[in-house]
Amino acid sequence: MRDEATPEAPVPGGPAADQLGADRPRADRPAPEQTAAEQTAAAGASPSRRSLLGWGGAGLALGAAAAGGAAAALGGGSGTQNVASEGAAVPFHGEHQAGIATPVQDRLHFAAFDVTTKDRTALIALLKEWTAAAAAMTAGRPVGEGAVGGLPEAPPDDTGEALGLKPSRLTVTIGFGRTLFVKDGEDRFGLKSQLPEALVELEKFPGDALDPARSGGDLCVQACADDPQVAVHAIRNLSRIGFGRAAIRWSQLGFGKTSSTTPGEQTPRNLMGFKDGTRNIAGTDAPALRKHVWVSDKDGPTWLAGGSYVVTRRIRMRIEPWDRTSLKEQEDIFGRTKGEGAPYGRRRERDEPDLKAMPATAHVRLAHPDSNGGATILRRGYSFTDGTDGLGLLDAGLFFIAYQRDVRTGFVPVQRSLARADVLNEYIQHVSSGLFAVPPGVRDRGDWWGRALFEATERNAS
Amino acid sequence: MPATRAPRAVRTSSGAALALTAAAALTAVTGCAEKSDAKASDAIAVTASDTACEVSAERFPAGHVKLAVENKGAKVTEVYLYAPGDRIVTERENIGPGTTADITAEVKPGSYEIACKPGMKGDGIRQKVTATGEGAPKKRDPRLDAAVAEYRKYAQAQADETLPLVRVFTDAVAKGDVAGAEKAYAPSRIGWERTEPVAESFGDIDPKVDLREDGLEKGQEWTGWHRLEKALWQDGKIGAAEKELAGTLVKDLADWQRRVGKADITPTGMANGAKELLDEVATGKVTGEEERYSHTDLVDFKANVEGAQKSYELLKPVVSANDPALVKELDAQFTALNGLLDKYREDKGSYEFTSYDKVGEADRKELSDGVNALAEPLSKLAAAVAK
Repeated sequence: MRDEATPEAPVPGGPAADQLGADRPRADRPAPEQTAAEQTAAAGASPSRRSLLGWGGAGLALGAAAAGGAAAALGGGSGTQNVASEGAAVPFHGEHQAGIATPVQDRLHFAAFDVTTKDRTALIALLKEWTAAAAAMTAGRPVGEGAVGGLPEAPPDDTGEALGLKPSRLTVTIGFGRTLFVKDGEDRFGLKSQLPEALVELEKFPGDALDPARSGGDLCVQACADDPQVAVHAIRNLSRIGFGRAAIRWSQLGFGKTSSTTPGEQTPRNLMGFKDGTRNIAGTDAPALRKHVWVSDKDGPTWLAGGSYVVTRRIRMRIEPWDRTSLKEQEDIFGRTKGEGAPYGRRRERDEPDLKAMPATAHVRLAHPDSNGGATILRRGYSFTDGTDGLGLLDAGLFFIAYQRDVRTGFVPVQRSLARADVLNEYIQHVSSGLFAVPPGVRDRGDWWGRALFEATERNAS
Repeated sequence: MPATRAPRAVRTSSGAALALTAAAALTAVTGCAEKSDAKASDAIAVTASDTACEVSAERFPAGHVKLAVENKGAKVTEVYLYAPGDRIVTERENIGPGTTADITAEVKPGSYEIACKPGMKGDGIRQKVTATGEGAPKKRDPRLDAAVAEYRKYAQAQADETLPLVRVFTDAVAKGDVAGAEKAYAPSRIGWERTEPVAESFGDIDPKVDLREDGLEKGQEWTGWHRLEKALWQDGKIGAAEKELAGTLVKDLADWQRRVGKADITPTGMANGAKELLDEVATGKVTGEEERYSHTDLVDFKANVEGAQKSYELLKPVVSANDPALVKELDAQFTALNGLLDKYREDKGSYEFTSYDKVGEADRKELSDGVNALAEPLSKLAAAVAK
């Protein structure tokens, strides 16, 4: 919905596009090169196209209707203009990918993909197209040539459901699974030499009930936004671009953040009713991020410097039994009070926990860095409810997402500790698992997701 | 194919519906009028012989047109008035040697061809004529007219070849031969499945022959293939009602066979029809809903893909020039999907496919991915034709 009263409306591909800043409202999003009037004229003035459509005049009618529709859609922009800063855009380009240390949004659509092409060139083309689409969508613009105003005979490039919505702090974050580098012993894309040592096959932890069809994947995309429709729009459009090259293996919607990277805000609660992520790494704590989240030059491989590793676990909660558990037992299980969230033996939520004051099997105690050789991870999970199962029980829980510098010193020791002894295990079950290497940020418009990885393997691939 | 009435309604923005709209608009202006306003002196004389087809005027005003045919040849002839793409505007068969016949039609401004067909076969001897007047459509790329004419020929051939196969099926039903009917069921549907968008453009035939039980409206009688499918596989018996319905199926499909020539087919309609065939696969076959009793979904699947590929191949000369990258992609994806389907039959020349209830979840996902991979670029074909 172009608003013609906005003279500085960004031009797709123009130099200003990178700076589409925090206050760029989505109302500007299509930013077509043409004015509405020009588009209408163009749509109506293509006799060669129209003449193909039919013999009875239906073609003419269609052309006219399409032109009118485009005009109406484009003309509607002024009514939806909104310059409020809420729902702003998060910059896509930078040293690190957005969606990790940036403030956690309210909604999630996470998808894992299988790469279906065997052609390295096609995979590179896909990553370039995805990068461009993600850059556009995070800035609040539609993908490709937009959702309206194109050829009436062609399906629009953009699916359109985000028209008129704000950027909603959308972030789109990509990760590469181990199977992208080597699958069943096969080096499909010439990437095997660059397989990061830390991109391990996660061990089976006690109690795991993983569904293989809902685990793993060659690629993952995490789309977070404050508006669920914006997050779904992002995955849907990337999936569509991917057809023939990548197919969705599984995906997960999350409706409420369970951890934040902004400690100044109220700590969100998980579906068990407890505050979650009180001690999470703050997005502004650069030393902690360097130490625990970002892969350094020395860690290797070089292409991953500035990146991270993400672990995902779909953790189903046994909601109904939990709800029948006494308050005392619930608090013993976590090691914190339910109301304030104070650690046992302390008064306030953010007081330093005294692990010895908690039961030896309390969740907070077992997960604490002090119990795991200092292992610290950045949590970014979401609550989910996928309706109910056939028994009438809520299919709900936590879609756990954690970023770390090395999973072997991050998630793995913590989960070993939890899986062995956590009394919470009686009320949860891990049903899906993923581990992905998250490349560094896309630096500028010439850069693309995975560029350094593919450049590092150019010689091997030939 | 439409599982229910609702999906068909939803499809009004797509190509088949477009063709349907155009066809509806045309019914008012085609066909033989009972009373003729044309004066005898305005008639266009068509002199047919065994080797020639002469017309007295190559240009005439649009509107009510009368063709005064005289057969001076030794063979029985027939005369057609064709719109571009060989859509039949009007026709008269069985004009005997030495006899005359008057054919009338309401004709819009534009280019047409009059064809005499001595011996009542072949493409006939053609004369190009023009109906003059305001609002004549721009001339189409002749390659596209040729593509439409070829596609119509294909659709007609599919109908012509289907009827005998349907009779094998319905004869077995009529005899109460369950095993024989089951064997003949899937083959009887291939030609229909290949060209379904054309049949659907008629509107009335599809619900009579290809409706599924869940698509029935309240009070609507269930007829057609799927009713018999259920009787054979689910109930395992053929009653009097089924025997009667077998006859109805032949009658309804004969109607389809007769009307293919008049279907309003456009290049973009062909392209959209190809995309719709893949939609049919995605919504009915991959899910196993189409043939829920016989599980012969993969036969329909293959036929849908073949029909889509036929449209594409005929449009390819134009698309190659307009969008070579799309041609490359479509060639690759048709090959990939056909390759995937070949995994489910022993013999690539046969239509004996694996029963779909034996195809597991992971394999269905792979088929679904293959369908998406082809359907997405196929959705861009119409625009590439229209460029």
